[in-house]
Amino acid sequence: MKQSTIIWTLLMVFGGLGLISVQLFRGKGEVYVREVPVEAKSSSKTSPEQTYRWSTYQEVSAKEKDDPGISFSYSRTLGLWVSAFCTLAIFSFLYGDNPLYKFTESVFVGVSAAYAMVVGFWTEIVTNLYAKLLPGMARMSFFPDMESDVQSDLLYLIPLVLSVLLLWRLAPKGNWIARWPLAFFIGATAGIRLISYLETDFIGQLQSTIMPFIVFTADGSLLWIKSLRNTVVIVGVTSCMVYFFFSVEHEGIVKYISRLGIWFLMITFGASFAYTVMGRIALLSARLDFLFNDWLGI
Amino acid sequence: MLEILQNLDRRWIFLVMFVAVAVPLIMGTTFPETPSDQVLAVFDAVDNLPDGSNIVMALDYDPASAGELQPMASAFTRHCALKKHNIYFMTLWPPGINMIEGSINILNEEYPETYKGKYGTKYVNLGFRAGNEGVIKLVVEDLKKSYTTDIHGTNLDNIPLTKNLKNIQQVDLLANVSAGYPGSQEWVLYGSSPFDIPTVVGCTGVQAPIMLPYIPDQLTGMLAAIKGAAEYEQAIINHYPELAKNPKAKEGLVRMGPQLVAHVLLISLIVLGNVIYFLERRQGTA
Repeated sequence: MKQSTIIWTLLMVFGGLGLISVQLFRGKGEVYVREVPVEAKSSSKTSPEQTYRWSTYQEVSAKEKDDPGISFSYSRTLGLWVSAFCTLAIFSFLYGDNPLYKFTESVFVGVSAAYAMVVGFWTEIVTNLYAKLLPGMARMSFFPDMESDVQSDLLYLIPLVLSVLLLWRLAPKGNWIARWPLAFFIGATAGIRLISYLETDFIGQLQSTIMPFIVFTADGSLLWIKSLRNTVVIVGVTSCMVYFFFSVEHEGIVKYISRLGIWFLMITFGASFAYTVMGRIALLSARLDFLFNDWLGI
Repeated sequence: MLEILQNLDRRWIFLVMFVAVAVPLIMGTTFPETPSDQVLAVFDAVDNLPDGSNIVMALDYDPASAGELQPMASAFTRHCALKKHNIYFMTLWPPGINMIEGSINILNEEYPETYKGKYGTKYVNLGFRAGNEGVIKLVVEDLKKSYTTDIHGTNLDNIPLTKNLKNIQQVDLLANVSAGYPGSQEWVLYGSSPFDIPTVVGCTGVQAPIMLPYIPDQLTGMLAAIKGAAEYEQAIINHYPELAKNPKAKEGLVRMGPQLVAHVLLISLIVLGNVIYFLERRQGTA
């Protein structure tokens, strides 16, 4: 039997066991909610106190489904199943590229882009631009809480003009105009970053590396762990810098120091890769935890 | 045997990894964790503050990295709630809004006596702002230049917690949970280091080696990856044993079981791969 056939068979067995477990642990794969009434009061100088009432829904375990005030949530149950389907569809790439994976990947990219755009519109364009330039209209439309004496801040015309110029890139003619706001953003970002990197990464890191090789306590006894740690840091930084110092031929003592630097770099890359592996396994276990607990109820 | 291993379909590795992660999860296998000095520094930074201190919680991550970071964010939230701290939520990532909602649900459902119905007096949700490090630069110098309203559109001057808050330098601690850019490094570069704001971070494993050089001079402490989250949960449980009854407070600890088995499997596979390589070299096929 071909290896791929055996793997496919095993996956089918796992899937079948999962479906059996859904039947055994009935109530799983379903979401129940408790209605929580909310009451809020508001008042202002010009209007009397008003009371607003609405409900929020708190998710509860399936064990409580027969309790009073608990109801079955169609939307959340549908969300749970869609989420499980998408997880399995993405996992299917491990077996091989397939249309289901491509479809789910496209949905993910589209939804993420649309979500970022909608959030950006409501938090930046509406809150930070529209409300600053036209506070009166903003108060009437989206921000009734806004003070009535707020004046237009005409400085916000500058980002508005820059944004329009940036969008000019999409126009059939004169798309060179978009280079001007782009030049402004690049210049401003470079300036902001340069200062911070100089202060924190350059000066700050230099200060952090200036440390004693041997550390003693107030009563004169040696703190050998701290001393060893400081020595490793100083030797590591120095040898790695020597490795990247190409103006001198790497011969004699320089060769040995730079080789030590390579060792430090390799250990750093190894630790970095190990951390990445740990992160990826954590993501896998989180998804499996969702499938087993929230969806299948194993 | 060597021939079978040489021609092994890589999907067998995926299947074995699936089993290695799935079995400890289903069995609920956990292992004891001992909090490291780095994690204890984070714990102390939150715990040594007087009850009711002001904490900014910047949750800069999305659902794609929630598996690694949600346990940290939840642990930070529970620890702050146990200390009855005032919390200012904010995010530099658009999907971070949903992550903040998760933390607010923890406050309302698990600590109702302190936080339920206390929006604006015990916690506030500032929401998302576009602008990456530009936002950080503004909020550390003048909060209201960047945020004029909270996520619901309420003016910050009408919210008790933010009414007198000029900038983030006035808060007692900044706690950041981050999955990348903008995140922990930007908070250190533009916030904690130039303005000496006490800062603790929780970050993904990928970011951890980048953040390590900032400790302890420019960063108080760091929770690195799921291991850091599990140790932090353990530190909180050691100090507040009542939390041991809450299974949701052990999310990170539960995920360390699969980590151990998967790591043993990976090490075995690396050793096996090298053995095959040397055998092939001896046979002259490599």
